[in-house]
Amino acid sequence: MTSLLKRKRARVDALAESAGTSLAADAVKRMLRSPVALLGAFLVLLFLVLAIVAPFIAPKDPYQRYPELLAELRPDFIPGAQPGFLLGGDELGRDFFSRLLVGAQQSLVVGVGATLIGLVLGMIIGGLAGAFGGWVDSWLMRFTDIMLSIPSLLLAISIAALASRGSQTTVIIAVAVTTVPIFARLLRGAMLAQRHSDHVLAATALGVRRRTVVFRHMLPNSLGPVIVQATLTLATAIIEAASLSFLGLGDPDPSRAEWGLMLGNSQRYIDVKPELAFYPAVAIIIVALGFTLLGESLREALDPKNRR
Amino acid sequence: MALLEVRDLRVVFQRRGTEPFTAVDGVSFDVDPGQTVGLVGESGCGKSVTSLAIMGLLPSRGNKVSGQVRFEGTDLLTLSDKDMRDRRGRDLGMVFQDPLSSLNPVIPIGLQVTEVLERHRGMSRKAAMVEAADLLGRVGIPDPQRRLSEYPHQLSGGMRQRALIAIALACRPRLLIADEPTTALDVTIQAQILALLKELVRDTGTALIMITHDLGVVAGLCDEVNVLYGGRVVEKAARYPLFADPRHPYTHGLLASIPRLDGARGEKLVPIKGSVADNIPWDHGCAFAPRCPNALPVCREVTPELEAGDVRSLRCHNPVLPGTPAAQEVPA
Repeated sequence: MTSLLKRKRARVDALAESAGTSLAADAVKRMLRSPVALLGAFLVLLFLVLAIVAPFIAPKDPYQRYPELLAELRPDFIPGAQPGFLLGGDELGRDFFSRLLVGAQQSLVVGVGATLIGLVLGMIIGGLAGAFGGWVDSWLMRFTDIMLSIPSLLLAISIAALASRGSQTTVIIAVAVTTVPIFARLLRGAMLAQRHSDHVLAATALGVRRRTVVFRHMLPNSLGPVIVQATLTLATAIIEAASLSFLGLGDPDPSRAEWGLMLGNSQRYIDVKPELAFYPAVAIIIVALGFTLLGESLREALDPKNRR
Repeated sequence: MALLEVRDLRVVFQRRGTEPFTAVDGVSFDVDPGQTVGLVGESGCGKSVTSLAIMGLLPSRGNKVSGQVRFEGTDLLTLSDKDMRDRRGRDLGMVFQDPLSSLNPVIPIGLQVTEVLERHRGMSRKAAMVEAADLLGRVGIPDPQRRLSEYPHQLSGGMRQRALIAIALACRPRLLIADEPTTALDVTIQAQILALLKELVRDTGTALIMITHDLGVVAGLCDEVNVLYGGRVVEKAARYPLFADPRHPYTHGLLASIPRLDGARGEKLVPIKGSVADNIPWDHGCAFAPRCPNALPVCREVTPELEAGDVRSLRCHNPVLPGTPAAQEVPA
């Protein structure tokens, strides 16, 4: 009985507290209470920290071929763990562990780069369509429809293949282009919904300038879903970038430490040393999972339907 | 010359592939400075569309607006988009029905008040903030300084509506349109908001168009009342004759369907039969005829005209006889 009362009182307190906070603070508070969100945030944070400090904490030079590993390398044998080499060597006698670490940085650069470019371009297109409506909207949306109708990986492969010489930049651009229509559609939809909302009508009834109506009243109210999508896109961008490298459409430099490329190169040695494929794959999965969990719980936290 | 002269206002909604729908069908009325004019009718009678047409807020596509809306002699319907933008908020203010959704949820109240001051009165942000606090205080919001930095969800419903009234009146417009400003509020707050509007109209000399389906609001506030049905004015009179002696069967029915405090116990309310869906178009007879207890055969054949008399204008072939009981007491 007393516990019921206590629980009720706690709920009332929480309610009173939330009444005095902003939307953002409220969302953060709800995320802190969700174990899924915490796990996602932890994985993402771990990835970010590792990616940033990787070059400094890597025990060996990831590009160096070490004679002590090369000495043991046979067509049917790749050296395993030994002192100084935590996970042993790879197919060319380099330190596998250091390469994995540095690979995090590659994935971060590509993932963040592609997502940012896609986000900016998508927001410009979606923002224009949502702000102007009419034929501007029709044309821009037909354009994004065409892009959406092509499977994203196919689109990315085509763009990467168009570049005469693959490089990290082409991978970033190829992946970025595939995310543009998603952001554009999302922002456009949210802004169109705002266009017909009461407070935009009220602002218009006050003679507020169009620019102000768009930037102060429509845009800030439309950003929620876009932010969530950006988090989720980071996951797919990293996976797609890895896929492109795996297919040999990334940087042609075979020495580059990149998870997708490592995965691709290790194919031939899968029966010799399966770890060479296993660890990069697990790394990709964990990072993608982290961003997805974080994104999904962010979506839930920002959803007004879940507010109490 | 009246402040606002609406002449033969007509709004036709038309989308490709559908029948055009006439939402407002030749509505005319005047509003003098300091006067409160009511537009009354049930949902779908065209009262909100009338107000949006006056403000120039109807969507740019899918409708045709004709007639004249003369504000101090200028026909607002002929103004460019830009000129109209300059007048909205400065000469014409509007208060909407739902105070929560009419405020931007992500920016503080203060910014929403100063926005209009900066736009129309060229004030600096600082000066506008001082004025905003003053405005909020004037509409009866306690501790206005603190409220300026709060967000809409932190205010109560009544307070939000007060804030919206403050915003609408910030630039001292000469005409305020209130579109069902009390519908979303509970009864005690309704009374407060109405008292506030009444006081502001009296003090500032602002003309007020009150759009409502609540006859109590009309009785308490309006000098002149236009009863709308199916997009046309069916009865127009000052509030005393209208309440004391409603002549149009529709007005009569509206008054008869309201519960009365002084009625006998167990007395049944008299509803108006049918619904707006039963309307017939105005071109062959009276739109209200299918629901009208007084309907004659002629009502389904000849369109009644709005005939002006000494006390009222009436659009009816067979009006209710004077003195038929139903009227409410008119509050003084």
